[in-house]
Amino acid sequence: MEQAIFYILAAVTVVATLFAIAEKHAVHAIVYLVTSFFALSVIFFLLGAPVVAVFEVIIYAGAIMVLFLFVIMMLDLGHPERARLPGRRDWWPALLLGAVTLAAALTLFAARAPAVAPAGKAIGVKEFALALFGKYGVAVEVISMQLLFALVGALYLGKRREK
Amino acid sequence: MIVPFEHVLILAGILFALGLVCILVWRMNLIMLLIGIEIMLNAAMLAFVGGAARWGMADGQVFSLLIMAMTSAEVSLALAMVVYLHRRKKTVAADEFSELKG
Repeated sequence: MEQAIFYILAAVTVVATLFAIAEKHAVHAIVYLVTSFFALSVIFFLLGAPVVAVFEVIIYAGAIMVLFLFVIMMLDLGHPERARLPGRRDWWPALLLGAVTLAAALTLFAARAPAVAPAGKAIGVKEFALALFGKYGVAVEVISMQLLFALVGALYLGKRREK
Repeated sequence: MIVPFEHVLILAGILFALGLVCILVWRMNLIMLLIGIEIMLNAAMLAFVGGAARWGMADGQVFSLLIMAMTSAEVSLALAMVVYLHRRKKTVAADEFSELKG
């Protein structure tokens, strides 16, 4: 049951990401990407990471993608007929390089002996929180500094300068 | 672990390659470049979460959360930069910003 759901969601994720890449309208691409992130968050949930799944929906789909939409609408970029679109000359080298990268990765995975999936114990919220704030407490501090720097930088860049 | 670890890695690899293709195809548009980076970071997060489920350790989930925080910082800075550049040249085409002169 869960296996079938995993493969269906994997297909949804890949197809939605493909549509997002091939879409020439930036707003539509963002909406396809939100679909992909929703499917991916359910995959995270199935893999035993409920906290990451919830944050995927709240932060990725809810905050970051909406920030993209906000900037696209603020700058009035939703007119694909005005922008230069990638032609066939842009597509085939990119597809070739992506295929080579993917083939290299798949060869690597196929060369390994398929590991017998052990019944790993489920990771609860408590264990996750203990690891996050105990073992990786310094990383949380560093990330908070990084967010502060990003805030200051965004404020500096967004400031309107008088000529 | 509901599916073999290799299948999770294959899905992450496919997503990473799609993000790479997005960056290479849309290299003239700053917004789509950032979207490609988002896709690639999501693939990395999926690999981390799959690893956490494979070995039963919470560390992978912690790192996927840190990737998420890093992404939000990166996106906020990058979009502020896009707004700034658009204010200067009225375009988001990456070719227009080839000189470093401020």
